Amino acid sequence: MGLKEKIITKSLWVYHVSAGSCNNCDIEILDCLTPRFDIERFGMQLVGSVRHADVLLVTGAMNKKSLKRFKRVYEQAPKPCFVVAVGTCPCSQHMFRPSYSMEAPLDEIIPVDVYIPGCPPKPEAIIAGIVKLIEKVTKK
Amino acid sequence: MANKKRKIVPIGPYHPLQEEPEFFKLVVEGENVVDLEIEIGYNHRGIEKLSESKHWDQVTFLVERICGICSTSHPFAYVLAVEDLLGIEPSERGSYIRMIVAELERIHSHLLWLGLAGHFIGYNTVWMWAWKAREPVLDLFELISGNRNSYAMMKIGGARRDIKEEDYSTIRKTIKDVYKDLRLFQKAVEDDPIIHKRTKGIGVLSKEDVISFGAEGPTARASGVDIDVRRDDPYACYDKVDWSVITCEEGDVYAKVVVRILEMFESCRIIEQSLDKMPRGEIAVEVRDIPPGEGIGRVEAPRGECFHYVRSDGTNRPVRHKVRAPSFMNVATNLVSVPGYTISDAAITLAAVDPCYCCTERSVTFDRKGNKLFNGEDLIKLSQRKTEILREQLRKQYGK
Amino acid sequence: MIKDEVKKKLEGKFKDWFVKNPRRIYFTIDKSNLRSVAEVLYKDFKMRLSTVSGVDNGDNFELIYHFGSDKTGELFNVRVFVYERHNPEVDSLVPMFRATEWVEREIHEMLGIKFIGHPDLKHLLLDHDWPEGNYPLRKTCILEKKPYPQDKEDENG
Repeated sequence: MGLKEKIITKSLWVYHVSAGSCNNCDIEILDCLTPRFDIERFGMQLVGSVRHADVLLVTGAMNKKSLKRFKRVYEQAPKPCFVVAVGTCPCSQHMFRPSYSMEAPLDEIIPVDVYIPGCPPKPEAIIAGIVKLIEKVTKK
Repeated sequence: MANKKRKIVPIGPYHPLQEEPEFFKLVVEGENVVDLEIEIGYNHRGIEKLSESKHWDQVTFLVERICGICSTSHPFAYVLAVEDLLGIEPSERGSYIRMIVAELERIHSHLLWLGLAGHFIGYNTVWMWAWKAREPVLDLFELISGNRNSYAMMKIGGARRDIKEEDYSTIRKTIKDVYKDLRLFQKAVEDDPIIHKRTKGIGVLSKEDVISFGAEGPTARASGVDIDVRRDDPYACYDKVDWSVITCEEGDVYAKVVVRILEMFESCRIIEQSLDKMPRGEIAVEVRDIPPGEGIGRVEAPRGECFHYVRSDGTNRPVRHKVRAPSFMNVATNLVSVPGYTISDAAITLAAVDPCYCCTERSVTFDRKGNKLFNGEDLIKLSQRKTEILREQLRKQYGK
Repeated sequence: MIKDEVKKKLEGKFKDWFVKNPRRIYFTIDKSNLRSVAEVLYKDFKMRLSTVSGVDNGDNFELIYHFGSDKTGELFNVRVFVYERHNPEVDSLVPMFRATEWVEREIHEMLGIKFIGHPDLKHLLLDHDWPEGNYPLRKTCILEKKPYPQDKEDENG
């Protein structure tokens, strides 16, 4: 990992993508912004456009309809872009794996840096996952 | 005016605050929305087919993840459907526990919506305060069930976990704090002239349209249609406690806000009475086999009526499990409530039916020629800009 | 309770009237009577359609229309059997009220039943390029067993 990645970790801009999730993890990610957890004091910000994103937080088991749009979103993200799979759904597709409308776990589609399992993972777990990402990037 | 160009404005599918992907295509002429197309299916996971390959008890956990916000309404309706099939009554203590969990969920869901609505109009403080007021309710869930969302409290025959008597005082104290926060929000909505200007008369849904689309929940009650599954088709112990159904007549976004805030007060009353009346005893009735038959369960979720139909042929899996989430009927009402108003009001009108995204999708705005004009984030910015303009106007008018 | 009134009004159009419990009533009607029965329930008794459940019974399709009377809490479940497996067709209720637009679209893409008179029977939940003729909720569509990522690792040792 080069100098660019190390500088990014000082103030991560996070973009959230839902690839067919039940909304549980999405609410817990938004909860991180609220006064009790408040990730903004670490310099992290939830941005509205993928073109400003340093980190993609992906939730949801990928289903066929979301896949095309998700790939387009991923291509628009400026590289280097770190990918964090939040929740059990992108990690292994959870209990929806046998369904006819499911595609594949996230790491068979794009490279994933950090996995945060849980259904849903608590905001503390999500923050711990982002910290692990920062450690992974700065140590290499 | 001749030569008015028709433009299409998309909202979605990936916008940060609309947590779930939806696809609304707004057709815009100048400033006014003239047409709307809705495309859903980005969250379709095939749960009805998956139910047919899972054991009766496993289905309870599967349907919990249909939607994260109303995550107890779906298992509740499912276990009621199976109990209807069997023809049994759940245990009384279990019914009270189920009712307490369902009402706590209503409070957390409406507070969540209030925060999002505040953000869409540009009141970020409301968003932060509403979600901060929500945290003690989530702590109560963690105390009762072990998890902040997806609490897994429902079981065929009763409840899976008990509420310990030493926790009653914590629950009562938290509800008292929630009362204080609710009074603050009620006063804020009643007194603020900008909220009135942004929400009164906007996105009006008439009574005839509600009946034609089969809408229910706060969306219907805000237009004067007096329906509530808790009173009409009583389940759990709703007929044993004292509470009222809230309705408004206007059908606009303001009416929907008022209905939701007042419903939260009623939920607090129900929880307090339940803690007083809950008897001691078994939390669940024992259930062994499911014989052939069919059953229907209905529950008043925070968004409307949640409907489950199950059929059994005597084996250990359902033959057919039909799920109808409340937003399925409610989101379609946007087809009549969004066109006819300006584009800066589109964001709040689309959010006013409280779409449970797991059932619905986001929106996009295009040009008639096919050029993309705005995306969902821009629509929210347009809405927030309108509030700023209104604030400036009021300041000049009243010299504050 | 209005079930006796409903029974009298629908005289001659139904069979197998079954009262499971005070608030759940099931009866079967012929496909050709669907519109007239729905008109009685929706217009005369002011009932609300909650949804329509479609079931694949192997040798026939069964559609259950769930009409609810909100004043009394009773649910009237109207069964319609469709015996043609190769080209199943039923009258659409969209001209009467708009609640059935999305409901019928979903049943069409999941079970392959055609609704005569529906303005636009396109896909609702499935993708646009979902293969035609592949109806997920039919019993002929079987879910395949896909291995989980951790199972694959065990195979490789």
